Amino acid sequence: MTTIAELPAGFADKVLSAQTTFRSVMEAMARPGSVQRVIASVDTPPHLMRGTAAIALTLFDHDTPVWLDSMLAETTEVKMWLKFHSGAPVISDASVASFALVSEGAALPQLDCFAFGSNEYPDRSTTVILQVDSLMHGPQYELSGPGIDGRAILQASFKPNDLFERLAINVALFPRGIDVVLVADDAIVAIPRTTRCVGYGG
Amino acid sequence: MNAPAYNFAYLDEQTKRMIRRAILKAIAIPGYQVPFASREMPMPYGWGTGGVQVTAAILGPDDTLKVIDQGSDDTTNAISIRKFFEKTAGVAATTSTLDATVIQTRHRIPEATLHAGQVLVYQVPIPEPLRFLEPRETETRRMHALGEYGLMHVKLYEDIARFGHIATAYAYPVKVNERYVMDPSPTPKFDNPKMDNCAALQLFGAGREKRIYAVPPYTKVVSLDFEDHPFSRYRFDAPCALCGSEDSYLDEIVTDDKGGRMFVCSDTDHCESRQAQGHRGTESAAPHKEARHG
Amino acid sequence: MYVAVKGGERAIENAHRLLAHERRGDRDLPEITLPQISEQLALAVDRVMAEGSLYDRELAALAIKQARGDMIEAIFLVRAFRATLPRFGATEPIDTGRMQVRRRVSSTFKDIPGGQILGPTFDYTHRLLDPQLAEGFVPDEPAMAAALEGATPRVTDILGRDGLIEPSPQGEADRPVGDLTREPLSFPADRDLRLQNLARADEGFLLALGYSTQRGYGRNHPFAGEIRFGEIEVEFFAEDVGFAVPLGSIELTECQMVNQFKGSATEAPCFTRGYGAAFGQSERKTMSMALVDRSLRARELGEEVLAPAQDEEFVMSHSDNVQATGFVEHLKLPHYVDFQSELGLLRKLRKEFADVQGNEELQEAAE
Repeated sequence: MTTIAELPAGFADKVLSAQTTFRSVMEAMARPGSVQRVIASVDTPPHLMRGTAAIALTLFDHDTPVWLDSMLAETTEVKMWLKFHSGAPVISDASVASFALVSEGAALPQLDCFAFGSNEYPDRSTTVILQVDSLMHGPQYELSGPGIDGRAILQASFKPNDLFERLAINVALFPRGIDVVLVADDAIVAIPRTTRCVGYGG
Repeated sequence: MNAPAYNFAYLDEQTKRMIRRAILKAIAIPGYQVPFASREMPMPYGWGTGGVQVTAAILGPDDTLKVIDQGSDDTTNAISIRKFFEKTAGVAATTSTLDATVIQTRHRIPEATLHAGQVLVYQVPIPEPLRFLEPRETETRRMHALGEYGLMHVKLYEDIARFGHIATAYAYPVKVNERYVMDPSPTPKFDNPKMDNCAALQLFGAGREKRIYAVPPYTKVVSLDFEDHPFSRYRFDAPCALCGSEDSYLDEIVTDDKGGRMFVCSDTDHCESRQAQGHRGTESAAPHKEARHG
Repeated sequence: MYVAVKGGERAIENAHRLLAHERRGDRDLPEITLPQISEQLALAVDRVMAEGSLYDRELAALAIKQARGDMIEAIFLVRAFRATLPRFGATEPIDTGRMQVRRRVSSTFKDIPGGQILGPTFDYTHRLLDPQLAEGFVPDEPAMAAALEGATPRVTDILGRDGLIEPSPQGEADRPVGDLTREPLSFPADRDLRLQNLARADEGFLLALGYSTQRGYGRNHPFAGEIRFGEIEVEFFAEDVGFAVPLGSIELTECQMVNQFKGSATEAPCFTRGYGAAFGQSERKTMSMALVDRSLRARELGEEVLAPAQDEEFVMSHSDNVQATGFVEHLKLPHYVDFQSELGLLRKLRKEFADVQGNEELQEAAE
């Protein structure tokens, strides 16, 4: 059993690390498809990438129930780390989660198990943080929507392959919907519910 | 006594997290007002507490902050807010629109075109564009949910029937990304077109009303109008008396009690930059005109 | 030449120095101390603690001193400080039946178990200015009785035993109590949030609303079941030790109104409740609060919402004096830009009006 003293540390400087990480996430959300970097240094528990850990420390707390994919949920150290550093309740019911952490894209469940929010309160939705192989290399995805000047090209390699097809539910759901943050090590890309994939090149 | 000690940028980390989450949702749902648990700030409600909380949640030590009120860096409330952040966050302050990374504003959008490295934070008194037509939150929330904005069009049309024009000169409602009707804050409608397809991120904070909303960069923002009564900007038809600018929004300065008045740029940085570049108006301190007035 | 107004920064500094000077007043007079404010303006301190939502007599006294006696400004100071405090948790619910009462009156029964205790009250004083108080007055020692042992039963509990009053609505045990300082308010709001809102609400606003219900705007036939004021211990459940530890005692006023009965084909008629509670001795506040709480239960009790005091959106959105004063007073901030915009529009409309009139006159002249 891991003791608290043995848990990987959180941010070295809580205030400024959270601030810089937030600005990267905000920039990513404001400019979908653009690759932003997490610069804060953070020790990570097993299966969590640096970017994911930093986002968790920046945005999670007592008020944000978090859903974990099965690999994370089965890793005690991850749950202890989250509990100790953020205090966020880990829940098994994805439909009331503020955030979902998906360490391995193949394990992403059907999106309709998450919260979409309501038409009155579309903000009461789950933000999915999805770890991927690369946000530098791989097929090209052409994106459009608010935050994008015309078209943006995202070159990335991720599972599930049909992520953008699945995210197409956001079109019909809007203003309800799912916002996704893709993480590859310290790189992050956000795909908010307004972003559309309009082209694909292998 | 419990001697007060305050965090970087004043807000505690828990509060910042809550505001940051709200900002992300606001960006993801352009024009939708995200409720947030606004805190009591050390300045009064209605004096920029929403903008201050948004700024405090995003600001870092590397930022350069500009604060304007009525377009000017030197109005008392702008000074007070700038001082607050200089003191609590130790950030660099500037009056230059171009150099700022974060600009907090009340009632104006700067004249200079904003760029991608910038965030514009608006102070908002009443975030609900439908509030004066329907005072009930439960009702206006339903209208936004259904995208049912007939009430607003009826109001604008009644203006036309009565005055021959849409009689809204500031806080002129816009539609964001073809979905949400949004209050641009009490900026003059002259500024509305600057919101459309803007390279900078625009964040709106309403402290007393506990709402945050956003317009992401490069997002369509359309002022509401009718085909036969298209939206039009308004500015007093005169050049700035100081810099000669023909396309900036002007303040009217009453110069005496005999009806004397002059018009100068409301955006002081814009005006000063133009004067520094050698532009002159009729009343400017140019050497050859110095003798004209005392 | 015209030079734009500058020097706002120095103006602010100078204004604040002048304020500090005015606050001190005549420097030949001794400076007022915080214990003096706390002891001799105790009800002002109570109000600042209640509406400031922070039980700290010393800080409240400091706020009153700093605000030059402006109560809403003092409440604002306390609120702004409170907003930065870390939240450790919530105390155990207090049982006001266990209050060490210093005052306790009921208008519903002549005598009640535990007795009517008038205590320190302005009631029945003749409101005649007392020149003796101007200086150097030493009051007589008060007559004191031994403190009552044990609990003092609440009048509503006595009525409740016979089912004459509805049971106090209970929250669900595992549902956390709402906190409008941590969660933005949404409507409809449940009673926990309504009561919190009213507890922080401006005394004058509640007084006026409560009064309006007595004058027929949402009448609900109240009786002052009981008003009690006294000391009560506050406990906090400490997870690490596994039991509730005492944090200290607070002074509290509680008012329970007994109101108009309800009943239906399936429910026997019984009185309904309105509840008020506030830090310190705050009788006017808690009585008004109890009236308004009862009015706001209209929806829950199946009454038609017709009067302002029954309208939760109206009441809860306008009850907070810190919000209200900020927004009313913000009108003194510059609005040059908006005003200029309106001025432009108005000039244009007037010109068009004049043109139309001019044309009509010309036409008339031509005819």
